[in-house]
Amino acid sequence: MSLIMGQLRFTPFLIPMNKPLTPLLWLLVAVTGAAAVGGIALNRGESINALWFIIAALCCYALAYRFYAAWIASTVLMVDETRATPAERLENGHDFIPTDRWVVFGHHFAAIAGPGPLVGPTLAAQFGFLPGTLWILVGAVLGGCVQDMVTLFFSTRRNGKSLGQMARDELGIIGGVAALIGTFTIMVILIAVLGLVVVNAMKHSPWATFTVSATLPIAMLVGVYMRHLRPGQVLEASTVGVLLLLVAVAGGGWVDGNPSLRTWFDMDGLSLAWCIMAYGLAAAVMPVWLLLAPRDYLSTFMKLGTISLLAIAIVFLHPDIKMPALTPFIDGSGPIFGGKLFPFVFITIACGAISGFHSLVASGTTPKLLANERDIRMIGYGAMLLESFVAIMAMIAATVLDPGVFFAINSPAGMVGAEAAQAVAKITAWGFPVSVGQMQLLAQQMGEATLFARTGGAPSLAVGMASIFGSVFGESLLALWYHFAIMFEAIFILTTLDAGTRVGRFMLQDMLGNIWPKMADTSWTPSVLITSTVVVACWGYFLYIGVIDPNGGVNILWPLFGIANQMLAAIALCVATGILVKSGRLRYAWITAAPLSWLIIVTGTAAYEKLTSPDLRVGFFAAAHDLSDKLAAGLLPAAKTAIAPQLIFNLYLDAYLTLFFVTVLLLVVLDMLKVSVNSLLGRPVQPLSEVAHTPNRMTEQQLAQWGRD
Amino acid sequence: MAEKLRRLWQFVRRLSGDDAYERYLKHCASHHGDNALPLSKKTYFKQRMESKWSGINRCC
Repeated sequence: MSLIMGQLRFTPFLIPMNKPLTPLLWLLVAVTGAAAVGGIALNRGESINALWFIIAALCCYALAYRFYAAWIASTVLMVDETRATPAERLENGHDFIPTDRWVVFGHHFAAIAGPGPLVGPTLAAQFGFLPGTLWILVGAVLGGCVQDMVTLFFSTRRNGKSLGQMARDELGIIGGVAALIGTFTIMVILIAVLGLVVVNAMKHSPWATFTVSATLPIAMLVGVYMRHLRPGQVLEASTVGVLLLLVAVAGGGWVDGNPSLRTWFDMDGLSLAWCIMAYGLAAAVMPVWLLLAPRDYLSTFMKLGTISLLAIAIVFLHPDIKMPALTPFIDGSGPIFGGKLFPFVFITIACGAISGFHSLVASGTTPKLLANERDIRMIGYGAMLLESFVAIMAMIAATVLDPGVFFAINSPAGMVGAEAAQAVAKITAWGFPVSVGQMQLLAQQMGEATLFARTGGAPSLAVGMASIFGSVFGESLLALWYHFAIMFEAIFILTTLDAGTRVGRFMLQDMLGNIWPKMADTSWTPSVLITSTVVVACWGYFLYIGVIDPNGGVNILWPLFGIANQMLAAIALCVATGILVKSGRLRYAWITAAPLSWLIIVTGTAAYEKLTSPDLRVGFFAAAHDLSDKLAAGLLPAAKTAIAPQLIFNLYLDAYLTLFFVTVLLLVVLDMLKVSVNSLLGRPVQPLSEVAHTPNRMTEQQLAQWGRD
Repeated sequence: MAEKLRRLWQFVRRLSGDDAYERYLKHCASHHGDNALPLSKKTYFKQRMESKWSGINRCC
C-alpha cells in the first residue's frame, strides 16, 4: 500500500492489479442496484416485493461507501492516518480513550439512531412508497452521511469541539449563537412531538400504558443494581432488565384482562400528556444513575436487538408491498399531514435521510474516542448508512399494511370523523378500501380496543412489525408482538425525552449563568428546579396543544420539527463549507454546498408555504384567520369553541417560530458566504482553529492488533 | 471456535462498557506507573456516568 506523504490509505478509483475480478464485482453491484431502484421506481400496478427495497438500499450504500465516501475521505478531507487523534494525544482514561472502531461505531450508531427514522418514513408513507424511499437513499448518501462524516472529521481535528464552538470559531458570533438557539428550539419541538407519539400509542390502551409505566421501576432497579449492588456490572444488570421488560410486556396483557386493574391504566390523551410532563420534570431532576442511564442501556439493547430481528424477518419473509408507489395525496390533501409532495416529503423524513441533530453527536463524544483518523469514514459515513437502512425498514413495515388499514390507524379524528363507520367510509372513498369489521378484528388481534386515529406512526409501525414477526413466529402472539413494539418505541422515546430535557436544562443554566453566575451551578437545587420546569413547560405547552388539537397535533408539530432539524443540518453544512473554502478547497466545497443548497430550497419553500398557503391545513395564518372568523361568527361546536382561542394563539406562535427558523438559517448562510468571499479575496478572516499535526505513535502493528488485547 | 467466542464476548463487554474499569486500571498502570492512585470501581463508574450524561449523546 502506498503512503504518499503518509496519507491516502485508500486510492478510491484505482483497483489493485492483483485482484482483476474486483471491478467486475463492483459493476455487478452497480447493475443490480440500478435494476432494483429502477424496478421500484417504474413499477406500476403490480405488487412489488420488499426484498427489492433491501437490495436497492444495500447496493446504493455499498457503492456510495466504496467510492464516494472513500473519495471524500482521501481527496477532500485528506484524512491522515499518521496524525495522532485527540483520543491518543489527550488520553485520560475517562472521555478521551482510543477505542476499537467497531465499538465506536456501536456507540455512535446507538447515539444517532432514535425514534426519528422509524416515525418519519411511516408518516411519509401517505404519499406512497416511492418518494420516501428515494429520498431516504439519495438524501443519506449525498447529504446525511456527508454531513455526519465531515462534522466528525472537523471536530476530530479540533479536539472534539462542539458544533456551536466550531461555528463561533470558524464563522463568527452569529453562527455560534444560531447553533445554540437552533439546538435548544429543536430539542423543545422534538420532545413535544415524540411525547405526542407516545400519548397517541397509549391513550385508552391499558396494556401499552401498563407496559410503558413498568419500564420506569425496572430501569430504577437496574440503576440501583449498577450503582450499589454490583457497581459497573453493566451486562449482568442489563440482562436482568431486558428479561424484566419482556415480563412487563406479557404482564400488560394480564392487566388488560383484569376488569378492575385495567381501569387504572385506561387514560385519555390529556391525562397521559400531564403524566408525561410530570415524569419529564422528575426525570430531569433525578440523578442520572437512577433512571436515565440504566434505561438507556436497556433501550440500546432493545434497539439493536429489535432492529436486527426486523431485518432478519423482512429478508426471511420478504412480504409484498401493498401501498401504491404514489397516492393521490401528493397533491397536498393527505390526512396525516397537509402539504404537497414537494417540499413536505423532504421535511417529514429528516432522520434517515439527513438529520442536523447528528452533527451534535458527531462533534461531541465520538471524536474523543477515535483511535485513528482513518476510522472516520466507517463511523461518520457508515453509521448514518445504517440509520438510513433502519428508515428503509420502517418504510417497508408501514407499506406492507393494507393502505386502508394504514390510513385508518394514522388519520386523526378531525380528518375522517370520530365514528368508525364514518372513518372507514371516508377512507374507502379515497380509494383505499377498509371495513369496520377488518379494523375490529385487527384491534382484537393486537389486544387493543380500537386502532382508529392513533396518529404518530408508532402504532402503525407496531402493527406492521407485529404482522411481520407474527408470520415468522406464529400468529397467536400478535398482541404480544404489538405491545413489544410499542414498548420498544416508547422506551427510547422516553430516553430521548429525558436526555433532551436534561441537555435543555444545562443549556438554559449556562445561558442564565451569563446574567446571574449562581444559576450556572448545575448542582444548585433552585437553579435545577427552575430551569427544568422552564424546559418542561416549553415542550409541555406544545404537547398539550398537540393533544387537544382535533386535527392531531402531528399535522402541525412534525413539519415544524422537520424544519428545525433541517435548519440545524444546514448550520452544520455551513460550518463545513466555510472550513473547506477557508482551507483552500473551494473546488471540493460542493460536497457540502450541494446538500446545503437543497436544504435551503426545501426548508425555505416549506416555511414559505407554512406561512402563506391558503390551505387551512398547511398555512398557519390562514388557519388562524379562519378559526378566528368562525369563532366570531359562532359557527364552531361548543367543544371547539372552548379550545379555539388556544389553538389560534398556537397557530400564530408556530408561524412566528417558522419565520424565526428561516431568519436564523439565512443569517448563518450569509455569514458563511461573507467569510468564504473574504477568504477567497485574501481579506482577513477568523483563522482555522485546527490543532497542529502531531505524529501518531501507534504503529501499524498496534493498530492491527487493536481490540484484541 | 472457543477463541472466536471469547473474542465475541470481549467485544460485547467492550461495546457495553462492561470492561471499562479494567481498561481504566490498565491506563493508570501504563501512564502513571507505580505512583498511580486509581479511583475505586464505584467512584470510577460514578464519574463516568456523570460525564457521559452532561452533553448531547442521544438524538432523534
